[in-house]
Amino acid sequence: MTKTVTDVICPFCGTLCDDLEVVISNDGKNLLEVYNACAIGAEKFLQSQAKDRLIRPRMRQEDGSWKEITYDEAIEYTARMLASAKKPLMYGWSSTNCEAQSIGSEIGEYVGAVMDNTATVCHGTSLIAVQDIGIPSCTLGEVKNRADRIVFWGCNPAHAHPRHMSRYSIFPRGFFTGKGHTGRKMIVVDPRVTDTARIADIHLQVEQGRDYELLDAIRVAFKGEQLPDVVAGIPKEKIYEVAETLKSGRFAIIFFGMGVTQSLGKNHNIDAAIAVTRDLNEYTKAAIMPMRGHYNVTGSGQVWGWQFGFPFAVDLSRGFARYNPGETTANDLLRRGEVDAVFIIASDPGAHFPFSSVKKIYDLPSVAIDPHETPTTEVCKVHVPVAFVGIEAGGCAYRMDNVPIETRKVVEAPEGMMTDEEFLRSVLARIKEIRGFKR
Amino acid sequence: METVTLTITNQPELFLEADCISPDVFAGKTTEEIVDLPVYIGREQHRLGEFFEISGRAGATPAETKIVVNGDLSRVKYIGMKMTAGEVVVNGNADMYVGAWMQGGKITVNGNVDAFAGTGMKGGELRINGNAGNYLGSAYRGDWRGMTGGKIVVTGSAGSDIGTFINGGEIIIGGNVDVHVGTHAEGGKIIVKGDAKSRLGGQMVEGEIYVFGDIDVMMPGFAYRRDVELEVEGTKGRFALYEGDLGERHRKRKGQTVYGKLYQLVRP
Amino acid sequence: MTEYLIKNGFVFDPVLGIRGDATDIAIKDGKIVETDAVKNPKVIDATGKTVMAGGVDIHAHVAGPKVNIGRNFRPEDKLFNARPGRGIERMQGGFSVPTTIRTGYNYARMGYTTVMEAAMPPLYARHTHEEIRDTPIIDQGAFPVFGNNWFVLEYLKNHELENAAAYIAWLLRATKGYAVKVVNPGGTEAWGWGLNCENIHDPVPYFDITPAQIVKGLIEANEYLGLPHSMHIHANNLGNPGNYTTTLDTFKLSEGIRPRGRFGRQQVMHHTHVQFHSYGGDSWRNFESRADAIMDYVNAHDNITIDMGAVTLDETTTMTADGPFEHHLTELNHLKWANADVELETGSGVVPYIYSPSIKVCAIQWCMGLELALLAKDPMRVFMSTDHPNAGPFIRYPRIMKWLMSQEAREQQIETFKHKDKVIDATHIAGIDRELDLYEIAQMTRAGPAKALGLSEMYGGLAPGLTADVVVFAFNPNEPYAPDDIEKAFGDVEHLFKTGVHIINNHEIVSNGNKRTLWVNARVHENPQVMRDVREKFLRYYTVTLNNYEVRGHHYVPNPYVIEVDATQ
Repeated sequence: MTKTVTDVICPFCGTLCDDLEVVISNDGKNLLEVYNACAIGAEKFLQSQAKDRLIRPRMRQEDGSWKEITYDEAIEYTARMLASAKKPLMYGWSSTNCEAQSIGSEIGEYVGAVMDNTATVCHGTSLIAVQDIGIPSCTLGEVKNRADRIVFWGCNPAHAHPRHMSRYSIFPRGFFTGKGHTGRKMIVVDPRVTDTARIADIHLQVEQGRDYELLDAIRVAFKGEQLPDVVAGIPKEKIYEVAETLKSGRFAIIFFGMGVTQSLGKNHNIDAAIAVTRDLNEYTKAAIMPMRGHYNVTGSGQVWGWQFGFPFAVDLSRGFARYNPGETTANDLLRRGEVDAVFIIASDPGAHFPFSSVKKIYDLPSVAIDPHETPTTEVCKVHVPVAFVGIEAGGCAYRMDNVPIETRKVVEAPEGMMTDEEFLRSVLARIKEIRGFKR
Repeated sequence: METVTLTITNQPELFLEADCISPDVFAGKTTEEIVDLPVYIGREQHRLGEFFEISGRAGATPAETKIVVNGDLSRVKYIGMKMTAGEVVVNGNADMYVGAWMQGGKITVNGNVDAFAGTGMKGGELRINGNAGNYLGSAYRGDWRGMTGGKIVVTGSAGSDIGTFINGGEIIIGGNVDVHVGTHAEGGKIIVKGDAKSRLGGQMVEGEIYVFGDIDVMMPGFAYRRDVELEVEGTKGRFALYEGDLGERHRKRKGQTVYGKLYQLVRP
Repeated sequence: MTEYLIKNGFVFDPVLGIRGDATDIAIKDGKIVETDAVKNPKVIDATGKTVMAGGVDIHAHVAGPKVNIGRNFRPEDKLFNARPGRGIERMQGGFSVPTTIRTGYNYARMGYTTVMEAAMPPLYARHTHEEIRDTPIIDQGAFPVFGNNWFVLEYLKNHELENAAAYIAWLLRATKGYAVKVVNPGGTEAWGWGLNCENIHDPVPYFDITPAQIVKGLIEANEYLGLPHSMHIHANNLGNPGNYTTTLDTFKLSEGIRPRGRFGRQQVMHHTHVQFHSYGGDSWRNFESRADAIMDYVNAHDNITIDMGAVTLDETTTMTADGPFEHHLTELNHLKWANADVELETGSGVVPYIYSPSIKVCAIQWCMGLELALLAKDPMRVFMSTDHPNAGPFIRYPRIMKWLMSQEAREQQIETFKHKDKVIDATHIAGIDRELDLYEIAQMTRAGPAKALGLSEMYGGLAPGLTADVVVFAFNPNEPYAPDDIEKAFGDVEHLFKTGVHIINNHEIVSNGNKRTLWVNARVHENPQVMRDVREKFLRYYTVTLNNYEVRGHHYVPNPYVIEVDATQ
């Protein structure tokens, strides 16, 4: 017989849907079916049940093969690696819960690590922009209940955040938005004709790498000043028209993603988009929100924010927290050869970092904590699989609008597997023993 | 003026944080004390003398202290950080943060520097006979008060993000620059003698940018006004004057709106 | 089991009525006990030193989403002021928005042991509690905000007092909250459309209820429930010249209402950071202090308490649930502005601000904050605060003490004002020679706030039975001292005991303590109507499910202290 668990939180992307229903076996050991999730979320739940899933740590041998080791051996290797490094990098943190992130902070503080999370190749540039210009924002419910002008700039929610438009941004009938999508105007800015662009009312096919110029032009249009005939491939008449469309709404919201955070100018693009939003508030209500990728990268930024004062790229090596992207960010540290050990958890830099960084991870003492086999685990010396947060362990996660939701444990992890928290606690205890409880 | 000479003898396995290499730190100290000054590799503390051969003596005050650093310092950070007076000469390449937050005195680098040189500069002179990295003379993250005074001269080229949030002072680049020049500027002067790419004066409130070479893409917020005859850094000629960033807020003085000014040399 | 005897200190305790007499204080099992109840105590010699109960901060923004926005968006607030960890102390950073670890330690170093987080957006309650959990040593509670909440607006519009009370009880439990907080009533909902409510009769768009109705309704609901604290309000029109009239209008809404409940408080309204609400004139040009009019009212009405919101003349970070005000501020100073509106509930804004002695308005603000305390007839009803970090960081409390206790110190500060004469003309402070003494300071920082919070059975004094939160300051009030000695001694306590645990020993932090999170569990009659409304709004308008809303789990509130209220009578 089976049981259905309701109000389950999906541990995949920053949309953090919390209305999933999961069918499990009566003994709580097997996950059978998932309802309401998008294809990506459903896949995460279902493939946690894969029969060939790795359930014990393994260590790379001299001949390149893997050999299974015990959790204790993995803890020992990790603790020794971190305790003896002069400047270890502890990277990832985005696909685990806040409790694990917090223990990670304690370890990092103890061993003088640099702590960095996946924002470093994603929305870290947004965080930099916010530090320079602030951010008028809101929760997703404000969008659902009020917004009538929705802009997707440099992002493709149809593919990357599949339920975003139906749960929050385009289709729902909210308190003041009873007409649903018919009462909303959707604008997509993207050099590509994406599936999201296909359903937009206006698609601005911006010239690649010229978003900053287009955003500046929109601000010029707000002020009624003169524009060149064409900016970023868009004729000025269109730019004035879009400016008016935005001003004429009751509540405009801009969602944005990698198309602007990681293209030419990076944080400056976001800075300019935030400036546009700021300017819009002189005419109507406007907000802007980053489409966070991993389901708890936001949480990592929050935890480090209140514990250290910075949301990513936190250098603890001198005994206090320092921050400067370009110096303390993971790829710069790896590129320059500034770290001597790499601890990776809840992320896949092997897939997402430049190959030159991945080669450095391969060359250094390195450990990957991840339930999956990934390009990252392939280049590390030790791979420690753990229970899935949100499926086999609960814990807090923060949505893309910073709303904290408690994920649920839905099924038991395979026999004998550790959670991130348990593994990290053991590593911290072992490091304290090795170092004699001195910092 | 008394001179202390440092010659690097060992390279650090990672990078060396040497914020002690500054006239303000050396002044009034004996050579033995200088040898013992702390430097850091990651979490490990070491002594300056483990990495440098040190000779000479420091002056009684920063203004009377000169430091000469020889060798390949491309793995040494923070040289000249926060100095208020005196002189530093680097004969070699240096890493990040050369002259960061300096308030006075003079630094000369006969080589290249990496990123963040002259961050938050308040005064003094920083001269780089070589190339500079990104974020030259820019503000520290989040600070709306960037460079407020002093002069930075680079004979070669510089990277991106030079003079972000510049409020005062002068940056002169002999060669080319990468994207984002004077972003969010509220004052000050930036001169690029070579070519620039794009995003000059983005979100600029006030200040001046001069470019002698090409500009690949002009910000749409900069409108051509007229040509003017000027002499800038020894170059006399006709400059096209653009005002902007028209998308940004601007101050009024004596009833007139004050814009940022971008001058480009008109070449036949 | 641990017993301590703090011997022979000069005790200032408004609860026991001790005004500086040398008195012994005994601690046993976490509580203050009679001195003959300890058999073999560790003795702390407090001869020549000042002894008080631990400080109680009734209003500070120290934990939650907008505080963290302040941290994350201001790396420059941490530049060059970090403190490395050592021993049991963890690393600390941040000046105006310190990390949670620094927050706990810095309060402890000043002798504060209980701090109330001033505003918790209910949807973000977990975040607030995670930060509270990570703040060492001090006991804390958090105030959920109610003044722009859709349920509250609808119930009060329809005069459904019992439903409003049932909803409040439900929300306090769901968020593990302590009190009914109201910020810019109605105005922050209007800000959801970019609008505001500028006076108490300005109706909220769509909901068509006035701030006056919201405030009055929430006072009545609060008394219906008999909660430990009164309704705690930040009135409309904050920060605008001439706003003192809005403040008086707001005060008057409490007239004729007496407090109910078993917690011993005597006020039905606590108005917070009143300095920001005491402005006269009608523009920045003729901006002036109306602290006199405000204090005339407060002095004459004993069912009101206030806290100062005193300006410290620092570069700081403003943060408040008064979203429209923060937008207004960024339009004035052009500094970075963050805003976070919360569906169905509230909003917030964060903007850095520099209070410069060279700016006339800032100097007048500084005068006003102090005037409120110096004009107070009853120090048990007027409390010290800076609305941290809005008017200044809480680490300046010892400096504020210095200004309140020394006219010389005030005059020294006034001498630094660039527009000194204009400032004196626009304020009252130059004519005030009153100097508060340590007993009055203890009233304003310990006994008074504890009583107003309904916590006089736990905090605020040194009577046997109270929690053993005891502080020894290296300050001898009977020897001559310079004003700066006050600031130094009260910013760096010699000994601190929290719940009977020795936290600071000889100026060193020796324990991270075992902080408690206070929250209020109010029992009401079952209310199917409210539960049905709650289910419906979650289904249709919220973006989280009802089942995922409540803060549950030991990891959020590891050491709860629950205050039970029976409102079924």
